[in-house]
Amino acid sequence: MKPVFQRLKEKFGNAILEVSEGSAKEWHVLAARDSILRIAECLIEVFGMRFLFLSGSDTRKENKSFTLHYVFSYAHQDQFLVVQTRIEEKNPHFPSLAHFLPQANWHEREIQDLLGLVATGHPDPRRLVLHEDWPQGFFPLRKDFGSPKKIPRTVGHYAFERVEGEGIFEIPVGPVHAGIIEPGHFRFSSAGESILKLEIRHFYTHKGTEKSGEGKAPEHLLCLAERISGDNSLAHAVACAQALEKLGQIEVPPRAQFLRVVFLEMERLHNHMSDIAGIALDVAFSFGASQLMRVKETLLRLNEPLAGTRLLRSVITLGGVRQDISEVRKEWLIKEIKKIKDDFDKTIQILWQVDSLMDRIETTGTIKKEVAEVLGGVGPVARASGIDRDLRRDHPYAAYKDLFFRVPVFTEGDVESRMKVRVQEVYESFKLIYDALHAMPQGPLCGAVKPLASSQSALGYTEAPRGECFHWVSTDGHGKISRWKIQSPSFSNWPLIEYAVLENIVPDFPLINKSMNLSYSGNDR
Amino acid sequence: MFRILKKNMKTGKVTLPYAELTAKVPEEFLGAPEVDPARCTGCGQCVTACPARALTIRDSQPEDRRSFCLFYGSCIFCGLCGPACPHQAIFFNGKFKLASRTKKELNRELFFSLPECRKDAAFIPGGSLSSEEKANIAQGFTQGDFADRILTEETGLKLKAKIKNLFGRSLHIREVDAGSCNGCEVEIVNLSNPIYDVERFGVHFVASPRHADMLLVTGPVTRQMELALVKTYGATPSPKLVVACGSCAISGGIFEGNYAVIGGIDRSVPVDVYVPGCPPRPEAILHGIFLALDKMSAVKKD
Repeated sequence: MKPVFQRLKEKFGNAILEVSEGSAKEWHVLAARDSILRIAECLIEVFGMRFLFLSGSDTRKENKSFTLHYVFSYAHQDQFLVVQTRIEEKNPHFPSLAHFLPQANWHEREIQDLLGLVATGHPDPRRLVLHEDWPQGFFPLRKDFGSPKKIPRTVGHYAFERVEGEGIFEIPVGPVHAGIIEPGHFRFSSAGESILKLEIRHFYTHKGTEKSGEGKAPEHLLCLAERISGDNSLAHAVACAQALEKLGQIEVPPRAQFLRVVFLEMERLHNHMSDIAGIALDVAFSFGASQLMRVKETLLRLNEPLAGTRLLRSVITLGGVRQDISEVRKEWLIKEIKKIKDDFDKTIQILWQVDSLMDRIETTGTIKKEVAEVLGGVGPVARASGIDRDLRRDHPYAAYKDLFFRVPVFTEGDVESRMKVRVQEVYESFKLIYDALHAMPQGPLCGAVKPLASSQSALGYTEAPRGECFHWVSTDGHGKISRWKIQSPSFSNWPLIEYAVLENIVPDFPLINKSMNLSYSGNDR
Repeated sequence: MFRILKKNMKTGKVTLPYAELTAKVPEEFLGAPEVDPARCTGCGQCVTACPARALTIRDSQPEDRRSFCLFYGSCIFCGLCGPACPHQAIFFNGKFKLASRTKKELNRELFFSLPECRKDAAFIPGGSLSSEEKANIAQGFTQGDFADRILTEETGLKLKAKIKNLFGRSLHIREVDAGSCNGCEVEIVNLSNPIYDVERFGVHFVASPRHADMLLVTGPVTRQMELALVKTYGATPSPKLVVACGSCAISGGIFEGNYAVIGGIDRSVPVDVYVPGCPPRPEAILHGIFLALDKMSAVKKD
């Protein structure tokens, strides 16, 4: 990282105010507000870093200003760079990166809504997280927001972008949809069956989770993390636990690291199973759907004896895991996984040969690599568009660096590619579970829990079944949690769907949506 | 085609009969916490360990009485209270059939004399516990911001016998997510998989509230979903049933008290049955649906 800082100092001189090393693999740079745009440009274009997320916090008590954290990944060296800048209350503006970095669009709008800082020059400064009936001047992430009992509803208006012309229809869908899914609003503009434009409007399930986490005990924060996105409970909990473990310098024993891998891959399995089943269901091929839903149920039933819950909740604890896998259970699990693998294999072989399925998924909902790159796509969606990126390999955590696995990448970017990525990942997960169970050393399940360091921040991350999941936790002067930022994979991937559906027909939308498998609750938090 | 048939034949019948579904759960399944009154001293250690404030303690000084309450409607089944108890008074034995018609039935209360409690070394004084009063814990429908949209003659109208006659054979359910984490959705979707196969009971999930007899609502009702929930309720033809599925839907669960959350769907629409769980197992949801239909009158609540 040293050459990076040297170069930054040469190039920006006084704009770089401070450089420091944070917790493991994290570096901090404090920069002047007005040069943020140029610094971001330099980091991305010169050093090939990747923008991950933007977090804002109210630090007026500590340094009389708000602080923004721009987090970058430096994958070549398995490092993270956090560029901080301070925004004074008197002049609550910060330069918008969205023109140069479209990925920053939602991040900046979120800060506008929740923290009340204005992104100057933002191309689309409409409300995002808080809807139009939220009154002006209430900013939940500010410390002086407190916990008001009742926030009045006001009358407001949200303007959708419109496509106009002869024969153009607008189709509003949601927030209550036809299927058993979460709420969100989709506004299609179509000519005949073709989609000309899709605008998504979400955050119906915004539960203020980040605010809820402030001041919570670490163990309780994990419970909250498990409830960000139900089917990715464990991935969020592990990411959150890793951030807290860094803050408390808690050592996770090797056996627990391997057990975490086993549980994380079990979670990936049941998620991918239901995604592939969903794709089969959306093309009305019920054989595939019911076979794979059966396999998914079998997996959930395996989770129960292992973790005590079907969705692998309550299995992670600070410093390790709560449940062990005994030798007897290990043999049993290996046998069961082998059975499931055969079962899955047979069903998938049939699926690939069904014309009614293949016709619907080939070339449907294509996302070009450039689009996925610019909008910051992650996870299986990005890997289906030719972006070779996986946190398990690029920034290894838990026991992943001791295990060998492939990262499947396909280039077409259509529904078929996304399904192929998932199918391949399922096979890799089977292998990872075998290997992790075999390589698992003996030892304790949990490290000694220590109090969190004061006035520090740390990053925890996992490659959730949906993609990169980051948890950023900062503490105040007493070691209490003062800010908890959740960057869920769905928040990164939702904007991509507006591009994936273009020039497709409206009836293919559910299929495209399912193939991307985005969580509303993970996005809205 | 032949391969599909072959695979289907080989898979055979996987659907489990209802009795079997609800009879056994794996030994390791946590389920709901239960308090052993013989061991509990009312010290309050578990109250600090609970992330969802499902365990509460209230000291009333004049009577020198301490009331300890476990509310299944807030419990997220995390299992943190068990190890926190110094007297091993809290145990888990996989209990999940908790659905009830009123919130009151979800309370487990114990009373202690304060001087007795103080004798315990682990005693925590009530003042230092988060003794935030749970507003109207046992109360049902309390009219939210959009109450004017609910026809008054409908509220509180329980046409049980009529509903039973009408829905005797089949039941059409519209699932409404009022801001859940999607954990409940995972389990509700699972109800339709070949192992649970709810369609055999005549239970069918429909696409529109206009076709529904019952709303199965999950989530703590976020501020931004409240209007949509009330509108969906309004669009459902009467007589209708509402089932609150999951701890969030009963009380707001772990999200209770947040700025973005109304907290419990009965603050916005009237509720017939509450199904605790985080998320409830598919069997528990099924139990709740049957309870709403009075089909469970023969099966005693355990």
